[in-house]
Amino acid sequence: MTSGADLPSAFAAIVDDFQALTEPDRLQLLLEFAESLPELPERYADHPDLLEPVPECQSPVFLTVEVGEQGSADGGASPGPDSPVRVLLTAPRESPTTRGFAAILSDGLAGLTAAEVLAVPDDVSHRLGLDRAVSPLRLRGMAGMLGRIKRQVREQTRAA
Amino acid sequence: MGLPVDSSAKFAEYAHPERLVSTTWLAEHLGDPGLVVVESNEDVLLYSTGHIPGAVHLDWHTDLNDPVSRDYVDGATLATVLGSRGVARESTVVLYGDKNNWWAAYALWVLTLFGHEDVRLLDGGRAAWIAEGREITTEVPTPVPTDYPVVERDDAAIRAFKDEVLDFLGGQLVDVRSAPEYSGERTTMPDYPEEGALRGGHIPGAQSVPWARAANEDGTFRSRAELEAIYQEEKGLYPSQPVIAYCRIGERSSHTWFVLQHLLGFGDVKNYDGSWTEWGNAVRVPIATGNEPGTVPGTASQR
Repeated sequence: MTSGADLPSAFAAIVDDFQALTEPDRLQLLLEFAESLPELPERYADHPDLLEPVPECQSPVFLTVEVGEQGSADGGASPGPDSPVRVLLTAPRESPTTRGFAAILSDGLAGLTAAEVLAVPDDVSHRLGLDRAVSPLRLRGMAGMLGRIKRQVREQTRAA
Repeated sequence: MGLPVDSSAKFAEYAHPERLVSTTWLAEHLGDPGLVVVESNEDVLLYSTGHIPGAVHLDWHTDLNDPVSRDYVDGATLATVLGSRGVARESTVVLYGDKNNWWAAYALWVLTLFGHEDVRLLDGGRAAWIAEGREITTEVPTPVPTDYPVVERDDAAIRAFKDEVLDFLGGQLVDVRSAPEYSGERTTMPDYPEEGALRGGHIPGAQSVPWARAANEDGTFRSRAELEAIYQEEKGLYPSQPVIAYCRIGERSSHTWFVLQHLLGFGDVKNYDGSWTEWGNAVRVPIATGNEPGTVPGTASQR
């Protein structure tokens, strides 16, 4: 149940960290993640239209996914399975649980390729040991974020 | 004895002014013996980021819901929960929370099932307190545990169950969900599961009054006159007739229950906490779609 064998190493480490703790400490760790969520890059600050809403979350959560090398002169090669993925998420400070899940995804998916992101198990939100402390509805929000991230990755690699 | 009632002019207009306190009143009474301030939020972590000094935390999911059966906790569990928060049976409990007191109202409704006498909401909730620049702290209090009695929950007066709602068809129903939820329009995308219900729409005959219409921009409740204009004039609800409110799982409708029962003084108000996650999954119950209340089936009971 706590196995992280099918998870990318960064994600597996996060799952291990949560599983090693008692329930109250898991919530504290989630709060620390919430406080660590990076701000969106400036180019999105003026373009909220570039961000996808996540209605599965009860709070206003937006995300976007960049596939491929950013900033290269020709836009890089066409995105494919080996292209790097960058996930950007935003969630309000008044919703620390949602922010925490966003930060876990942000950290856990950092540096992965498109194929690796698509291989992340959909049930990863249930491996943090938070099912009792955090309601199913709140966990569904995290699954919603991951589902939308994967869909954007699929769309951007398919378009290639 | 409980604490004095907040005598604000705004509250005096309501049917039961003793059910609300203002931020000013609360600031003046913080620390008074007999007062327990309770924060209850949608977000389980929000309390930890800062709360009203001395306030204890109550979580709707882990503290008030039974972990196995779809029901609220029993009297013994509630006694443990409240006892550990320093709540005595005669305490004045002031509840507040995020999102227009959505979850605080839910907690208040559950405490009312157990007959806790003196329960009040902080008008405007967490957002109003913070917007006014009042003190918040991350320091978690360690209340002196109390011996809260084991009280049997009484669901009869203010809680409705599905069969009761079926028999009630044709009576006053209020659907407090958003317009797309009421109409039954699908809001999710392919590849994503519809949230928790197999059918969309509303209970036939139900009036649509999204719960947050009862609140001002700043999260405080609208004035009595404004509330009467919505529920009584616009929707034609009669305070003398029974009314049942519902939403998705009974939380948003607790907020409307509070408005109808305590602010407008309706005589018989129930919250159907099974709500759409039960009705929208039940076999052969009547459902109406679209923006109108729809036709109530000829006979009251479809069983």
